[in-house]
Parts: sequence; C-alpha cells; structure tokens
Amino acid sequence: MVRPGISALDRKLLRDFQRLWAQALAIAAVLGCGVAILLATFGTYVSLEETRTAYYERQRFADVFADANRAPRWLLREVRAIEGVRAAEGRISQFAVLDVPGQEETVTARLLSLPADGGARLNVPVLRQGRLPAPEAIDEVAVNQPFAQANGLLPGDRFFANLNGRKRELTLTGTLLSPEFIYTIGPGALMPDNETFGVVWMPEAALAAAFDMDGAFNSAALRLAPGASEQDVIDRLDHLLEPYGGLGAYGRDLQVSNSFIESELEQQKTGAMILPPIFYGISAFLVGMVISRIIALERSEIGLLKAVGYTDTEICVHYLMLAGLVAVLGIAIGWGLGTWLARALARLYAQFFDFPYLIYNLSFSVYALSGLLAIASAALGAARSALRAARMPPAVAMAPPAPPRFWRTLLDRVLSALKMSQPAMMILRSLMRWPLRSAFTTLGLSLAVGVLVASSFFADALDELIETTFDRANRQDAILLFEPDVPETALADVARLPGVLRAEGQLFQSARLHHGHRQKDVAIEARRPGADLARIIASDGRVVDPPRDGLLVSERLADHLAVRPGDRIEVEFLGGINETHSVRVDGIVTQYVGLGAYMDLGALNRLLRQAPQISVANMKVDARALPELHRVLKETPELSGLVLLDKMHRSFEDTIRQNVVIMTSIYVAVAVLITFGVAYNGARIQLSERARELASLRILGFSRGEVSFILMGETMLLALLAQPPGWLIGGAIAFTLAEGSTSDLYEIPLVLEPAGFAQASLVVLGAALVSSLLVRRRLDSLDLVQVMKTRE
Amino acid sequence: MDTVFRTKGLTKIYDTGTLQVRALDGVDLELYAGELAVLLGPSGSGKSTLLNILGGLDQATSGHVWFHDLELTSLNARRLTQYRRDHVGFVFQFYNLVASLTARENVQLVTDVAPNPMPADEALAQVGLEHRLDHFPAEMSGGEQQRVAIARAIAKRPEVLLCDEPTGALDSKTGVQVLEVLREVNDRLGTTTAVITHNAAIRKMAHRVVYFLDGRIDRVEQNETRIAPAEITW
Repeated sequence: MVRPGISALDRKLLRDFQRLWAQALAIAAVLGCGVAILLATFGTYVSLEETRTAYYERQRFADVFADANRAPRWLLREVRAIEGVRAAEGRISQFAVLDVPGQEETVTARLLSLPADGGARLNVPVLRQGRLPAPEAIDEVAVNQPFAQANGLLPGDRFFANLNGRKRELTLTGTLLSPEFIYTIGPGALMPDNETFGVVWMPEAALAAAFDMDGAFNSAALRLAPGASEQDVIDRLDHLLEPYGGLGAYGRDLQVSNSFIESELEQQKTGAMILPPIFYGISAFLVGMVISRIIALERSEIGLLKAVGYTDTEICVHYLMLAGLVAVLGIAIGWGLGTWLARALARLYAQFFDFPYLIYNLSFSVYALSGLLAIASAALGAARSALRAARMPPAVAMAPPAPPRFWRTLLDRVLSALKMSQPAMMILRSLMRWPLRSAFTTLGLSLAVGVLVASSFFADALDELIETTFDRANRQDAILLFEPDVPETALADVARLPGVLRAEGQLFQSARLHHGHRQKDVAIEARRPGADLARIIASDGRVVDPPRDGLLVSERLADHLAVRPGDRIEVEFLGGINETHSVRVDGIVTQYVGLGAYMDLGALNRLLRQAPQISVANMKVDARALPELHRVLKETPELSGLVLLDKMHRSFEDTIRQNVVIMTSIYVAVAVLITFGVAYNGARIQLSERARELASLRILGFSRGEVSFILMGETMLLALLAQPPGWLIGGAIAFTLAEGSTSDLYEIPLVLEPAGFAQASLVVLGAALVSSLLVRRRLDSLDLVQVMKTRE
Repeated sequence: MDTVFRTKGLTKIYDTGTLQVRALDGVDLELYAGELAVLLGPSGSGKSTLLNILGGLDQATSGHVWFHDLELTSLNARRLTQYRRDHVGFVFQFYNLVASLTARENVQLVTDVAPNPMPADEALAQVGLEHRLDHFPAEMSGGEQQRVAIARAIAKRPEVLLCDEPTGALDSKTGVQVLEVLREVNDRLGTTTAVITHNAAIRKMAHRVVYFLDGRIDRVEQNETRIAPAEITW
C-alpha cells in the first residue's frame, strides 16, 4: 500500500515502531510518568501560586499582623506613620463558643470586626452569598462559607453565641471567604474542621460593645509599601504596641493559613524537582539500550542505506526519530495522566483550601516544558547509538559484526575454580561483557527499590509522629479554652462537668525569649509536675517533667537561641505584663513538633507574682456523657472554645491514612513501571542478542527450563544485585525528604523499618520476575530452524 | 571504448592490530562502459574489497581510483555518499532488503534520494516482479528477493551496477533467473555491470573475466562468445 507523501525511510520508521510496540510502550510508560508528575506538580505549583497571588492582591491581604490586649484606636495613626507602611487597620478579634441549631457539638468561633465605614480595607472578604451585616446592626453577622455549608446555614438563619459571658442570638446575613482563612484551622487543631470551627464577621460597633472594646482594637493588619523592610516595621510596631499588651507582630510567613499554603507549595516544588528527573533519566537509558540494540540488528540495513547514498545525517535522524516516536507516545501518556492527576490535585485542594476561585489552567508552557524535556531525554538516550550508526563506515556495516569479544579474566579463573555450570558462566560473562549496561540496569532497578523504600518511610515516619504527639503526649479527650485566663481553682468546676473523669490545668504565656542578639517569640507552656493528660515527650520516648524553677526548651528552640543547659535567657513576657525576667535553662528536650518552652505551673505563676492561673483545661471524658457535656458547655459563659482531641485525632489519622494509601499506591505503580521498563527491555534485548545462542542450546538438547534459566537468570541476578544499592538510595531519598520537610516548627523523624525494605525488595523482584516471564514466553515459541537460518 | 573505472596501484591493508592483511595489493584495472565483467576468485582474494572501493563504500590504503575523471580516492565521506547516491547501484549476496518494507517500498528507498529515478513499479516490472509489489521480503522466495534488490539497484538508472555474489545464496535455477535479469539490464540499459563471484560457471556470460588471486589480478580473459544465462548450470 502506498501512502503518498511518506518516504520509504519514514515508512520503515513507522513499521519498526509498530514492531517494537511492547518495548516502546514500556519505555513510554516510564517517560509518561515523568511527564505526568512534572505536569501535575509543577502545574499545580504554578496555578496555586498564581491563584494565591491574585487572591491576595485583589483582596489586599496584609503583610504584617499583630495582636495586643487592648490598644487605643488613635494609635493606628502612629502605626500608619511607620516608614514603609502603606495601610493599617485595627480590628477586634475574639474567640467565642457558638450554639448552632442542629449541631450537637460545641462550636468554636473566631469573631472579627468589620469596620464601620463600609467594610474592610485590608483582608477584604469576598461576599459569596447574601449581604454584609449592616454597620449599625447589633445582631447581624456573616460567616465563612465552608462553615455555613458544613452546618447547613443560610442567610436569615439564626444561631447563638456566647459573647463575653452573655448568650446572644445572631442572624446570618451572608457568607464570606477571606484571604486570611484559605486554610481555616481552629485553635489547637491539626486540620480544618468546618463543622466545629468557624469565622464570624460582626459589625465593629456591635462587637466592640459586646467585648467592651469601644475606641480600641486588639488585632492589627498592615500592608507594606513595595521595598519596605518587614523586619523594621515589625520592630517598630512591637515598640508601639508594647504598652498595650502587644503579643509580637509577625509577617505572612507566620500567618497560619498562609504558612500552610506555603508548605504545600514547597512540597509541590520538591515533588517537581525530585521525581521527574529520575523518570526522565531512566527513560533516556532505556531508549539508549533499545536503540543501540536495534542498530546492532540493523547493521546491514544501515550499510545498505549508506550504499545507496543516504547521508550520515539522514541515518542519524532516522534513529533519533524512532526515539522521538517513543517520546511522543510517552508525552501522550504523560499529558493525559498528568492532566487527570492535576485535576485530582485540584479537587483535593478545593477540599482543604478555600479559594473563591482556582486559577487552574495548566499553562501551555508547562505542557511544552514537560514535552520538550521528554523529547530531549529520549534524544539524549539515543544520541550515542544514532551517532555511532551514522559514523559506521558502510563497508564495515555491510559485513557481519564480529562476535563479541570475551576474554578470560581473573574472575573467570575464580569462576572455573568454583566449577560453575556453563549456563551460570554464560550469565556472569555476559554481565561482565557489558558492564555499563549491567550497571545501568542495576541502577534503574535500584531506583525502583529506592522509591519504594522512601514511600514506606513516609508512612512509618507519620505513624511515629502521630503516635508520639497523640497517643503518648496528648492523651486528653478534650481541651477547654479560656480567654482570658481563669484561676486554677476553676478546675474544680471543670471536674464537676458531666462526664469529666479527670481535669488538669495548663497555662500558656506569650513571651519573647532573648539570648545575646538572638530572640524568638514563643508561648511558654506551664503545667503541674506529674501532669498526665498533656505530657512532654522526648523523641526517644521519655516522659519529661519541666524543671522546678528553670525553663525546659526544645532542641530546635535551643539551637535557634544558641543556648545550652545552665545558660540564662531573658524572658520578656508579652500580652500586657511588660516584665522581663532572667531564667535559667535547666534542660533541653528533643521533640518532633514545635518550638516548645516549658515551665512548672507554680514557678511561672510565682515569677508573674499572680495567683495560679490556667489558660486551658485538659479533660478525660466519658464518651457516653458527651452530648450532655456539650449542652452544658454551650451555656458556660467563660469558655472561649473547645477542642475535641479524639475526633481531631481520628480525622487527622483518617486523612493521613488516606493520603498514605494513595501515595503508596502511586509509588508502587511507579516502581513497578520502572522495574517493568528496565527488566522487560533488558530481557528482550538479551533474547534478541542471544536468540541464536539459546536456539543452539535447545538444538543441543537443553530443555526449555534450562535455556530460560540463562535468560531469566541474568535479569533476576541484576535485580538481586540492585537491592542493596536500592536500599541505600531509598535511605538517601528518605533522608532528603525528611530534611526537606523539616521546618521551623517540626521535623519528620527518619524512621526506616526493616519491613519497608523487605516490601520494596519483594515488589521489585516480583515485577522483574513477571517481566522476564513475559519474555520467556517468547523464548518458548522460538522457531529453532528459523532462528538458525537468519543471518545476524 | 569509454573507460568507466580505472585503478592504479590500488592497495588495501586491514590492520587488526596484531595482524596486517593485504586485501588488495597494487591492483591496476579498467572497466569499460556498457560491459559486463565477472570478477572471479576464491574467498579472500580481494574482489569484494575492490568492489567496495569502486562503489565508494570503503577507502583504499594507497593507490588511485577514477570514475571517469572523478578521482574517488580523493573524496571525503560526504562526497563519496553523493557519488553513491548519483551513480552506483549495488546488489548483495544476502539481498539486504529492509524487512519492514514491501518490495515497492524497498525500491522507493532509492528512488526517494536519487536525482533521476525510474518509478519503483517500472523497476520492479523490469525484473519481472510487477505482481509482487506489495509483498514483504519474508513473503518472497530468495530469488524474488534478489530481484527486488536488483530492481532497487537499477531504479536510480545508475551508470554502474556492482553485484557482490548475487547468486551466492540461491540455488541454481533461481540463480539463473537472477543472472538473466542482470544480463537483460546490461543489454537493454547499457549499464556497466561488475559481478563478483567465486562460481566459475558464471564467467561464460561476461564480456570479460578478471581472475583474482591473493589480492592481485591473476589474469584477464576476453570471452569471444558469450552464452545466455539459461545455458549456465552449476
């Protein structure tokens, strides 16, 4: 059949590609994975970043935030006068307990004031439904949209709130989204729970009246001029707010919602940098291996092409195009898979991040980049062989290739001394004859093992993290939050609440720690010795009690401040106390999470010269009495919030499990693909090189089993050899991931369980076995006479 | 008579590192326009090497080769490719067809790059394969495959046709068919044809027979009377 317009050489190309479909597909699948992951991670990174930037810009997200106890409004003039400040807004921010009809549990809310003169100028909320509360209304509020959705609230609905000890009925006028709450997480929570935590916007006048904040604010948001020094502004702002109980200003990096998005972006970036290069590299190697074999097989055809006058360039391009076709197939797979993966990620983000819109157009440039890299890696892989083909002198190409040279080495003498069978010798000699190819095959398979080890590491590390933070450190069922602090004697009341089996108090005190020129804002946690519900757990599993007088700090904080046990640090108390004390560091504890600083409850209260106070009550609760407990808490005026740890624990673990299952499945698929790509192509090439040899052995009387031992033996031997380096690579990837995930706030423990290594090895060995069995089927159907007749 | 090829002191030494093989040892030879020459000699006598150099596939160690006025021994690889593309047709012992291309497409491999080719179908018709155009090599007999190879060689209307053991892989009957095609091409198109063989029976169809021995020309014979390929048997 003549297809006009296509040259004969191009037709050869297409037919060769057709003939190689299985191998081409195996390579294209690996390459496609690289393309897909690059597309999804980089694409997600770009769109998330663009969406966030656009959202922040349009809604004028603040650059600097600060909380204080109670600052006069006139102070804002001075704040605005700070050099580099473009705009500043003072707000009232409070926590309160809500009683939402139909919601059995106690709901905690963050209340925020809406300025009287026509809405916020910074952190401008986006109206999603209904209208904003009227500025003069005293019982109208708007809530964040996810909270309304989770609780089935619509404009016009009513609910109750415990405002400063008075229970009030409020009317919902509308739902909002705010750049401040893209990731909405309640106090003490580990992940968003829109059912029990919400943001409530209330007109400034009404909120001020309720909390006795007329003419005052306790939360400031600032937007900086381009080029302004954030640190200078923060220092100046701290100075201004200090007399009014300033709690330390901070930039966007410490703003809760933003820092979560930031870490997600960071993860996508790391993902885009680590995984795709592995896939691209392996594909390049596989393409190289296959093209080099094809060129060996087509030696005489190359000679012929040269004889009839094809130029070196034309021949080189011909083989590069074959690699190009593999790349095109890989790109098609990758773009399809990547687009799907990116959409899945977008859905996941929609679940955790509350954007009013998501700019999710995988841009043309991301597609182009992933495709170009795929073509480049395939071309790079094929380049050496294609150039060799082009450079082969025609007369040499026409002659049959010289048989591969084997020579006796020291190792051979060792092998003969070992009296190994001829088939075993064939396997070992072939490994040594093509050391580079053997090495690359081993490397490819080790990468598959490594990827699996790394994935199991993540699961094990999270297990360890969860076990330490939940099962061992925080064993309370629920936490009651008080704002302001209450006397420790209130614990007796807490203990009398329905279902409460045990109650312990804990005091959180904001402080700025100074050591030399270094400083850090932290919340000092104080508890009674022997506290059993919220304990300090070192990463080696020990339970540590705070020292009687001094300070116990986490290793991360100690590093930050450069302190050692015995050093004295200046503790500047924030939040209206305005005292600085010199306190000795009595101990350092290694922990996975947090910049912990711990003191004895009595010692801290003595230092502050106050009757013992607590900020939270940790409780052990009888689950059967929970409904009754909630009912009572909704009526408790002093309470500003409730955290149910058990529920949080479960949903956190569920989410983690789900993610780990998804991630592990992806990694296993990835490892199987890599193994299949490497092992299948390796075995096919061996079969092609050895068909005559193996057929000769069959003619000489070797059984099918014996002959396939030679074929499969080499693949499996390489797969076995790949295990130890694979474990090392896995350890290294795990180490990199752990290091990369370690932030100012937590570290991922490097947990490597033997089971993880074993699993990784089993998966890869299994996949290698299946790949070589597939090739073995071809060996079984080898036509002996035909093979012997063909000229190599 | 017009001289197509002229060689002077042509020498080719293969250096394997430990051993030096003199494949050609000072060969002086002329091939004339339109003649059918048979190069006869045992294996390793240098005839294939000579053919490769004449065809621009290989380069001489020393000596000179002229194709008309063009000195092949002075050409670089690129110019040699050009020379092959424009002037030379090859036929090989193992046909060297591209397995993944049909008969017609194998011929088109050449017509795609030649300056003034005949249509592929016509070339195949010349060798009597007009009914096998769309068959793949694996679907054809050895003789048919070799005829495809000849069609491929003549499709570019080459000035010279160089055949390396064209019947070497064929039985006598099919071999004769192939020789008939070569003779026909030579007669009808006037293509200068050099046929390498170690099969002495073939010499009788040639205008001239060149005997090779140990890299040298042993003697040259002129056939007063040529016989038709059909009369040849081996």
